[in-house]
Amino acid sequence: MHELSIISGIVDIATSEVCKAGAEAVDEIELDIGKLAGIELSALEFAWPEGVQGSVLEHARYKINHIPGRAICTICDTAFEMEEFFDPCPECGGFQREIIAGKEMIVKTLTIS
Amino acid sequence: MCGTCGCGHPDVEVNLLLQQPHALPLKPAVGGKTILKVEQDILSKNQLIARQNRRLFKEKNILALNLVSSPGSGKTALLERTLRDLRGKKEYFVIEGDQQTRNDADRIATTGAKVVQINTGKGCHLEADMIQRAVEELNPSEESVLFIENVGNLVCPAMFDLGETARVVIISVTEGDDKPLKYPDMFHSSQLCIINKTDLLPYVDFNVEKVKEYARRVSHITRFIEVSATTGEGMDEWYRWLETQ
Repeated sequence: MHELSIISGIVDIATSEVCKAGAEAVDEIELDIGKLAGIELSALEFAWPEGVQGSVLEHARYKINHIPGRAICTICDTAFEMEEFFDPCPECGGFQREIIAGKEMIVKTLTIS
Repeated sequence: MCGTCGCGHPDVEVNLLLQQPHALPLKPAVGGKTILKVEQDILSKNQLIARQNRRLFKEKNILALNLVSSPGSGKTALLERTLRDLRGKKEYFVIEGDQQTRNDADRIATTGAKVVQINTGKGCHLEADMIQRAVEELNPSEESVLFIENVGNLVCPAMFDLGETARVVIISVTEGDDKPLKYPDMFHSSQLCIINKTDLLPYVDFNVEKVKEYARRVSHITRFIEVSATTGEGMDEWYRWLETQ
């Protein structure tokens, strides 16, 4: 259940930004979470209320953008969507590939008032 | 004022070391609300400390290995044997990570290596700041080897860089040989795979070639070392690998 640690990282970032902006609380937080980032979204949602309790995010809505995994095959240069780490290249069937998207874990925006 | 873009609060100091993007306020939205563009990595705090750890290890020429596996793969037994066999060759230091108890640290201490136990409580993995504190306490010497035994868990430790020189994933033959496919994150982030308990191969349905093939599918691991920490079989190859790092 590393999702609680992830939420604590999100709270740290939000707290620091809210403080810099001289605001008090966050209305909405927007996150980019890649499909290959190793975050289980249901676990994140489950842990969210507990993780944000007493913080600037306690009453914030959250919006999660799911970033699909993408890779480039290093054998035949084909770019393809990757659902799982073990997806082979659809063109040549090879397993040598470089992941170019899908590992994001980013606090994108905060809406403050 | 933000040194990068000139925006923001006058009291804000730009910390070059952190390199954290400072939120760019966008246009004030309707109803007095403002949208801040943050674009910050959630694990940036851990990554920053991991980078500090890595720099320290590099400066002191310390080989820091992060040992990861599921519970019961034999990490501690492998370490005990390694530390006994290699005693006197170099200086060895150990950081033990477990949710509870000092049991593993007590086992390691009998080998003569200096050891620190971290109890993570409810936590399921080690993080870079825990290693930073443990390293302060251990004070590993130059040219030494630091083994970090992570919490037995094939999921969570994968996400947290500790600043290690290399990550070593251990799988034992009493587990399923499809573990790399089931827990790809951990294999994907490792550089070496040790297959332990090979003395039990005659009694279990475990295909060594299959596990290697699956691991190659999800990672860049090219090196596999088959060992039995109980009988000592294959341990020489592991020691040679350690020497060449």
